[in-house]
Amino acid sequence: MTANIFKPDPYRIADIVHETELEYTFKVEAGVKVDHGQFFQISLPEIGEAPISVSGIGRDWLEFTIRKVGKVTHRLFSLRRGDRLFMRGPYGNSFPLDEFRGKDLVVIAGGTGVSPVRSLLKHYFDHLDEIRSLHFIAGFKDRGSILFADDLKDFAARFHAIYTLDKEAIPGFQSGLVTEHIRKIPFAGFADYNVVIVGPPVMMRYAALECLKNGVSKERIWMSFERNMSCAVGKCGHCKINETYVCLEGPVFNYTKAEQLLD
Amino acid sequence: MAYRLSLSRMDELLEKMRESYTIYAPMRFEKRGRYSDTDLVRYDKIRSVRDIVYDEKSHFSPKEVIHPITQALFHFTEFEYRESEVDERPVLVFVRPCDIHGIQRLDTMFLENGDAADPYYKRLRDKVKFVLMECGKGWDTCFCVSMGTNRTEDYSLAVRFAGEELLLEVKDPSFRPLFASEKTADFRPEFVSANRLTVRLPEIKSRDVLEKVHALPLWESYDTRCLSCGACTAACVSCSCFTTSDVAYSENGRSGDRRRVWASCLHKDFTVMAGGHGFRKTPGERMRFRTLHKVYDFRARFGGADMCVGCGRCTDRCPQLISFAATLNRLSGEVDRLNAEAAAATGVSV
Ligand code: SF4
Ligand code: SF4
Ligand code: FES
Repeated sequence: MTANIFKPDPYRIADIVHETELEYTFKVEAGVKVDHGQFFQISLPEIGEAPISVSGIGRDWLEFTIRKVGKVTHRLFSLRRGDRLFMRGPYGNSFPLDEFRGKDLVVIAGGTGVSPVRSLLKHYFDHLDEIRSLHFIAGFKDRGSILFADDLKDFAARFHAIYTLDKEAIPGFQSGLVTEHIRKIPFAGFADYNVVIVGPPVMMRYAALECLKNGVSKERIWMSFERNMSCAVGKCGHCKINETYVCLEGPVFNYTKAEQLLD
Repeated sequence: MAYRLSLSRMDELLEKMRESYTIYAPMRFEKRGRYSDTDLVRYDKIRSVRDIVYDEKSHFSPKEVIHPITQALFHFTEFEYRESEVDERPVLVFVRPCDIHGIQRLDTMFLENGDAADPYYKRLRDKVKFVLMECGKGWDTCFCVSMGTNRTEDYSLAVRFAGEELLLEVKDPSFRPLFASEKTADFRPEFVSANRLTVRLPEIKSRDVLEKVHALPLWESYDTRCLSCGACTAACVSCSCFTTSDVAYSENGRSGDRRRVWASCLHKDFTVMAGGHGFRKTPGERMRFRTLHKVYDFRARFGGADMCVGCGRCTDRCPQLISFAATLNRLSGEVDRLNAEAAAATGVSV
């Protein structure tokens, strides 16, 4: 029989970090080559599979930050260190690091959208010489939904960072939606640059519009799409928008393409 | 070569064929139809050619032979995912010309889209041979001629039923020995060359027109009509979408089956993600998605033919009497208007 592209493999869980009440980061032992922005199909016991973006990449481990959602409180969240997690991947394209090289980079992330850019940010944290500068805006709903608090502190020390909560200000966090802070980015002072926007669909749309208003051209904007995906290999049809399959051609799209994907 | 056989003689030969093949054809299931006292015609394993319903269009398509309604992919335990088993026997399936085209559309999706073939589809598809059934005049919801799917040469055997006998063309040489001592006849299947219905396909000429097509008020008219039941996509031979989920069969949920089940883009939850956010929230938006996939997106992606093969089963099955042919003609009228407007705006005459 043809190689079974649907077969998940077992990976050992090395660690589990509770980021918030609802979000856990699972660190699994995996010596797999993964690019920033790619995702895996993770088997959720009693449910099936769901696309989860890689939130951390190490030499012999990967991290996935998963939100406990829906009616079913599934067994994934009762797994412990040493247990096995079944998954297959990586899938999808990734952020264009070659395109980013030597230029200024702006990363705008909202809520769980911080997960898919975390490994990218960590990469530049270690290799800041690859780009001219990094501006990072991260927004969360409230103090209870802040993800990767320790990383955020690190990032603030090395990048130009603006952190914001929707309705309150606390030390280290301003208040307001991410869109309200975009005008603070010194786009006019950049020679050449790119903007990465990741978050809920509405947030991405308004953040992109706000960037355009601030003189950013469409070609400079990159987005990562989240969709219902049952297969991740271009068969099940769930992720299709027009003639595009997000699992195959995405999840990362340049805005010139993203704006043409009409739901 | 072609032969003339009595139904009883054909049954004797069918018995021999059944030693090596599993044979599927449309069969009647009495009183199992959608309305009381109606029958259901769908595919199942036959034992006699008399089982075959050849003078009606089957309510469900033959796709379930290759893409079953529900299929186990893996048996899982805490420690492994073991691939499900499959019957090794080759399959013979009685189909219409449009169905053969429809299965070619499924081939495109399952075998070509993405980087690799779908192993579950392929393992069934590789074993399938077609017996073409002549359509005669066709039926009143068919529009195969408009879709260019009324003819095909892609079959192993072709059959015309004629009362107590049948005419059979044997194209696939592997079947020749079986018929070596039968009475030969002069027979080639005839294809429908005109349907009662004619469908005009939309010719969306530019990106701008496509955007306007998305915004057409005609889609909203389905918000109240379409029930989002998905009966149309279930009956459709070229609809391929599915959802995978796990079914536990032990108390602790640690062992079970990973299955896939047909899914429908008309269902409300088709795009809904864990957490509840979804896209295409209205029946009209979903009808637009299905319609454009059938007659625009598929061709835009793969080139060549449209996904819809004009079998008309969606129209037959819709509890709200939504005619897909009428939907397409309505859309084409609107697209003509949009194309004309676009041409007028750029000063080019049409
Ligand atoms: S869309 Fe309707 S007419 Fe077209 S192939 Fe599917 S069921 Fe047949
Ligand atoms: S069968 Fe008719 S009512 Fe049901 S989803 Fe299809 S178009 Fe809508
Ligand atoms: S997730 Fe199945 S086709 Fe993209």
